[in-house]
Amino acid sequence: MTRKLAAEKVSAWYGPKKAIEDISLDFEEHATTAIIGPSGCGKSTLIRCLNRLHETVPKARVEGKVLLDDKDVYADDPVAVRRRVGMVFQKANPFPTMSVYDNVAAALRLNGVRDRGKLDKIVKRSLEQAALWDEVKDYLGKPGVSLSGGQQQRLCIARALAAEPEVLLMDEPCSALDPIATAKIEDLIFDLKKDYTVVIVTHNMQQAARVADTTAFMYLGHLIEVGGTRELFERPRETLTESYITGRFG
Amino acid sequence: MVFPFRRGTRRALLHPTGSSWGDLLFRAGSGAAGFAILALLALLAVVLAINALPSFRAFGFGFLGSTAWNPVRDEFGALPFIYGTLITSAIALLLGVPVSLGIAIFVAELSPGSIRVPLTYVIELLAAVPSVVYGLWGLFVLVPLITTYVSPALQGALGFLPIFQGQIYDRNLFTAGVILAIMIIPTVSAVSRDALLAVPQHQREAALSLGATRWESIRIAVLSYARSGIFGAVMLGFGRAFGETMAVTMVIGNRNAISASWFAPAQTLSSIIANSAREGAAGSLELGAIVELGLVLMLVAFLINVFARFMVWRFLGKREGGLE
Amino acid sequence: MIRFGRDVRRRLKDRVMAVLALACVALALIPLGSIVYTVVVRGASVVNPEFFTQIQPIPCSPGANLTCTQGGIGNAIVGTFLLLGLSSAIAIPLGLLAGIYLAEYGKGPLVFAVRFFADVMTGLPSIVMGLFIFATFQLAFPGFVFSAIAGALALAVIIIPFVARTSEEALRLVPGSIREAALALGVPKYRVTVRVVLSSAREGIVTGALLAMARVGGETAPLLLTAGGNSFYSVRLDQPIAAMSLVIYNFATTPYANWNALAWGAALLLVVIMLGLSIAARFLLRHRFHEQRIRG
Repeated sequence: MTRKLAAEKVSAWYGPKKAIEDISLDFEEHATTAIIGPSGCGKSTLIRCLNRLHETVPKARVEGKVLLDDKDVYADDPVAVRRRVGMVFQKANPFPTMSVYDNVAAALRLNGVRDRGKLDKIVKRSLEQAALWDEVKDYLGKPGVSLSGGQQQRLCIARALAAEPEVLLMDEPCSALDPIATAKIEDLIFDLKKDYTVVIVTHNMQQAARVADTTAFMYLGHLIEVGGTRELFERPRETLTESYITGRFG
Repeated sequence: MVFPFRRGTRRALLHPTGSSWGDLLFRAGSGAAGFAILALLALLAVVLAINALPSFRAFGFGFLGSTAWNPVRDEFGALPFIYGTLITSAIALLLGVPVSLGIAIFVAELSPGSIRVPLTYVIELLAAVPSVVYGLWGLFVLVPLITTYVSPALQGALGFLPIFQGQIYDRNLFTAGVILAIMIIPTVSAVSRDALLAVPQHQREAALSLGATRWESIRIAVLSYARSGIFGAVMLGFGRAFGETMAVTMVIGNRNAISASWFAPAQTLSSIIANSAREGAAGSLELGAIVELGLVLMLVAFLINVFARFMVWRFLGKREGGLE
Repeated sequence: MIRFGRDVRRRLKDRVMAVLALACVALALIPLGSIVYTVVVRGASVVNPEFFTQIQPIPCSPGANLTCTQGGIGNAIVGTFLLLGLSSAIAIPLGLLAGIYLAEYGKGPLVFAVRFFADVMTGLPSIVMGLFIFATFQLAFPGFVFSAIAGALALAVIIIPFVARTSEEALRLVPGSIREAALALGVPKYRVTVRVVLSSAREGIVTGALLAMARVGGETAPLLLTAGGNSFYSVRLDQPIAAMSLVIYNFATTPYANWNALAWGAALLLVVIMLGLSIAARFLLRHRFHEQRIRG
């Protein structure tokens, strides 16, 4: 296994408030890494630093390095970074004025793909990868927001996949979904790691246990422990981790 | 504070929203004031309609299509003024909307938070300048500037278009349109800015995370999301340009005729009213015709505003409903 | 290679668009700057005691053996303040009451209609309001078509819906908990509204009133059809009355140098008063609801 993405001593602020401090964490290629921790522990902030989205928030600041294929993304163009590192958000956020098709094709069009045949092919493939194709293939012209919540979230996954990223960041992708939709997305995450490097933030420990190969536990802006998912849940090294996974706080 | 202990007190304690006589009276009084606004609007329409009646009897709907304006022979028509109003408003929108949108984008999306508020105040100062001062400035500063530099340049570059042909008068449709463009900027930019600020952050982030540049994210995620709000803003600007009076009256040249050229003097619905209402004797056909022009102006402005408010309300309402 | 070229184009477009947006801001600031500059420079030359006290001079332009008197706009200053005061006295109580109705009893389709049409009315051309009062007086009081009271009524009609909406907004910002705290003490609702809610919303209401005055203080078109203008001092409500805005219009469109100069002076004074009102309103408003609105 090789390291695809790595955070090196990353700290981030919102104005004067420090959200995460000195975090170093490796993300293996073709594996799923879960980041768990109580609300407000900085896990979302951390993955927003990975694709340089954190810095788009007014007064937000980042220090440290994020290495993608061993090159610092903070030395590169943020647009180029985000094209290689896709993201799925907590709340499904399809573009409301675009159809299902146009939502998925958005990234391709930004990159200048005009060829209808090529677009059709990639849209179909992305929707299939997101396990949504069968449900929407007859409604590609309908607005993306007309789908159900779970479908919208898979649409957003398809939209991110269509950009052909190398890494997929998921920020609590199931927190707004019902159990059935959640199960579908979890299956999907399991399949996606064959082709992508997946990083998922979740406050749901069962979810982390189900989908992740590696799990990292964060608390109050610090990385407390990281290890194989099974190991972390069964034999945590830190007492903080143990307290959290046994439900004594959080 | 000592609260008066009266008969209603106990009840009010038990039913905080229960009414007493004082409440009823107060409610009726304030309600009457509220409905006075609706009544005023209705009265406005009725009074104008009554005064316009002689003209409507004499000319019917032909009034709207006639180009005559001859107080001596009692022939009146609205077409030149409708034309002047539409053309000046169109020029205003053509020039004013892109600038206003640019301002809204800059203020809402690009400017650092620290200059956003001061910049907003400064742009709003444009709205605090009275219309007649725009007219004064237009007459002495803008008219010479446009007549000497802008109009000849336009004629030189685009002279093949009928709108830029013919003699260049110093007071004309084009200058009136330019002044109106400046005057609608505060309205259009402020309402579109509100519409842009109402776009949820997650929409911008969705676009950025796909590898969009900042401009691309504004285009695909922000502008398209806010388009009905922006459309409402444009309509409000149209409403303002449509009814604006003094600045236009002072620079448009006040000639009751239709010319294809934007460099020719013209007249708008509002400018003819400002110029001629005082001259019409009570009960005369001329006054009737002028009031009918006012009625046309009011009805169209009313419709534009109803439509625009509806768009803006719906858009901003949607946002409030979506906040969590 | 092609992909690289496209990226450069995209980045370039991003920059160009940002520069264009900034250019739009500049484009709006240029006329504002020009207006302020010309009004101040040309207006300041006539601002002296004579300007504030005298009435209009005999029209003249400096020629070979002519000396012009400057004159003043004292009558128009008095007229403008009288019209403003009178129209506020009519409109503010009425608008405030309507605002209370909208904010405190604001439910149901009829209330929605009042609110919506009040908004629509604030967008109607002011000349239509002037024509409305003009036509009403032609029908009902033909002897007083051009009078101070007609002018004040025209301005009042313009500001009533505006005051109603701004007061409503101000009242809505009063937290429900304050109302409930007072109601829970067993005070009738109207007393809560008058004593507690109104005083909590005072700044917002005053702001709305100031903005309303700033809105109509420079109105010209409706006054043209109602107040009518007057070359002399007058404070009689049944007589035509002068106003600064009318002076600007009437004197700007003549060829006489001393009248033009007075128009600029009047413009300076009017802009200073209007900006003063706006700035005073903004200042009051700053900590209230503007910031919230801006930040969304």
